[in-house]
Amino acid sequence: MTIETAIAAGFRDPVLQSQTAFRTLLAALSEPGIVHSIADAIAAPEGLHQASAIALLTLADYETPIWLPQPLRDGPTGAWLRFHCGSTLVDDPARAAFAVLDAAAPEPKLSAFHPGTDQFPDRSTTLVLQCAALAGGEALVLSGPGIPETRSIGPLGLRDGLVAELQDNAALYPLGVDLVLTHGDRLLGLPRSTRIGEAR
Amino acid sequence: MYVAVKGGEAAILATHELVAEARRGDPAIPEISVAQIREQQALACARVMNEGSLYDSDLAALALKQSQGDVIEAAFLMRAYRTTLPRFGSSVPLDTATMSIRRRVSATYKDLPGGQVLGPTYDYTHRLFDFALMDSENVRVGLDPTISGREARPSTTHPSSGDARIKPEHHAAPLDAHMPRVPDILGAEGLMEAEEAPEGDPRPFDLTRDPVSFPADRDVRLQAMARGDEGFLLGLGYSVQRGFGGSHPFVGEVRVGEVAVELVPEELGFAVDLGDLTLTECQMVNQFQGSKDIAPQFTRGYGLVFGHAERKAMSMSLVDRALKARDFGEAADYPAQQDEFVLYHSDNVEAAGFVEHLKLPHYVDFQGELELIRRIRRERDERLAGEQDSKEPDAMPEAAE
Amino acid sequence: MNDKTPGSTEKTPRQIWMATLARASRSEIETLLGAPPAHEVLKAPETGTVMVEGRAGGAGRRFNLGETTVTRCVVRLSNGRMGFSYALGRDHAKARLAALVDAQLQDEAEGSALHGGIARLAEHQTAARQRASRKAATTKVDFFTLVRGA
Repeated sequence: MTIETAIAAGFRDPVLQSQTAFRTLLAALSEPGIVHSIADAIAAPEGLHQASAIALLTLADYETPIWLPQPLRDGPTGAWLRFHCGSTLVDDPARAAFAVLDAAAPEPKLSAFHPGTDQFPDRSTTLVLQCAALAGGEALVLSGPGIPETRSIGPLGLRDGLVAELQDNAALYPLGVDLVLTHGDRLLGLPRSTRIGEAR
Repeated sequence: MYVAVKGGEAAILATHELVAEARRGDPAIPEISVAQIREQQALACARVMNEGSLYDSDLAALALKQSQGDVIEAAFLMRAYRTTLPRFGSSVPLDTATMSIRRRVSATYKDLPGGQVLGPTYDYTHRLFDFALMDSENVRVGLDPTISGREARPSTTHPSSGDARIKPEHHAAPLDAHMPRVPDILGAEGLMEAEEAPEGDPRPFDLTRDPVSFPADRDVRLQAMARGDEGFLLGLGYSVQRGFGGSHPFVGEVRVGEVAVELVPEELGFAVDLGDLTLTECQMVNQFQGSKDIAPQFTRGYGLVFGHAERKAMSMSLVDRALKARDFGEAADYPAQQDEFVLYHSDNVEAAGFVEHLKLPHYVDFQGELELIRRIRRERDERLAGEQDSKEPDAMPEAAE
Repeated sequence: MNDKTPGSTEKTPRQIWMATLARASRSEIETLLGAPPAHEVLKAPETGTVMVEGRAGGAGRRFNLGETTVTRCVVRLSNGRMGFSYALGRDHAKARLAALVDAQLQDEAEGSALHGGIARLAEHQTAARQRASRKAATTKVDFFTLVRGA
């Protein structure tokens, strides 16, 4: 019962709310680097930012295995995702369709997740990267599809070497993982097609 | 190259109004309700559910009403609606041995355990019009005048001498809850090709999620046929019987009835019974001469469909057996034996889409073709004229006239 | 035989009442429940599909037969008890009512009025099934073989 009573409600109106959130995610991934607000009246479980919770509620289902860091997996977040999305929680990051990662945690590396295959590059993992903030950090200069010229972002609290990992990931294109950076009710997209340079 | 054509919006809006009027017909005649279609046109609804690949008799009835009874258009509506729904999961595989039987017949065994049950069938009607259905409402007459209720004795009369035809239901004992599937009886003797789940009981391929490749496995073939066009499968099944695929089929069993469907939701972890589906199952038994590796035995073809749809289930089972040709080392010379041919052409929503798209504007393509034909003709005329000139310089055409 | 086939395994009382609720009409459940208790909707009534699986030959390889519409709902009573409903069809109001009945049945003692009510509903459903089965049984064939060439 303890887990049962801990589970918070999901969408009140699953069709409209998930469509609205999907539209926002689509916009975020097609115009990388622009910060979107995805505020909605849901109570995210402990350990998940509001934007992360809504993104997973919108995208994940029984056919999309999710990888979570151990504390999230064993806590209310794991129970919440299993309840609302019907997703199985997997140990192996390479089997995950979605994953939640703390931007400051040293492991696992981006390369541990599924980069897709030549035949089905779309089967890669989509990562929800939870940051300390989406602004105020060291500036990263983005370029590529969906970005006229360049666009700057400054997510805060990235682990050492994450920028290099992101650059390696982009080099795998058309393979590689897609990322959604979240904090609170805000998010920005960082798909594999985006090239990343540090500000000069 | 695709070139878009714009315009015609007003005409399109007007056609929507006109189709609504055509659908309604004469307003002096009462409008048909969805519930009436569901209850009184159930076999049409079954076909729409099968070809629309969605079990929901209310929606099938609505689709038929909206499409003026055009079954393929109705199936298209079902398919389109389906794409708007989230999928909660896959059911526990159905167990048709637990079917609540409404009809069950076998052409191979007379005295099968559980008995032969004719159920509601048109098989023994005379195909004579019952005009009583035309002139009056609310008459519950028989299927044709030969067995019409108007001429039957009152239902209170006790039947004489055990004639099963007129035995009222309160004298009948309910049927067995568990009826063995007929091929399993032959299977017990080892004379029937075994049907066993492969190692690990793998999750089936889903052609609505992943692209099909060939040769296609049995799970793909069965899914494609279950949603395939009844007419197409009927024709193919018939071709097999007529010699385009050499088989000697017997109906091992056809059964119709209700089967409970269960789902194990991830958050509950146990099977939840969702309710009953009406299904038709056909097991077709075929003689097999045997090969180097396999002893002579009976082989089988399988058909399973939504609702009461015997012809579809039987056709499916014939084609299922024909498609096993490769597995048995038989030559695959005929259309019904070729998975790529069968699977690529059985889907009537796809087929109708590709055939019917031809009526949409192709003005630019056609202009191109027109230019080409004109140019070729011009060149041909010039060439012929040149040949004439060089061969017979004296006999100019003008001179001949 | 496969022991995992539905029907061959022993069902829990909760599985049995959920099956009864799935087959009941909205008005039957409404009558059964009476005034709805205070509750929170955890998963709002939602219609989706379930892919129905069959087996080749009845017992062989699994295959996808086609989808069916299913509506689900999850509620939580003020004491924290969760109730679930999963049933064929698209009736949202029925889904919510059935989830409430599921929650209450888990909370109440076996002899309660609600347990009695669901048992009666189950009896009606069994009786209807038996009636249909007897109707089918009237069309059972009694063969008598004609001896030819004797």
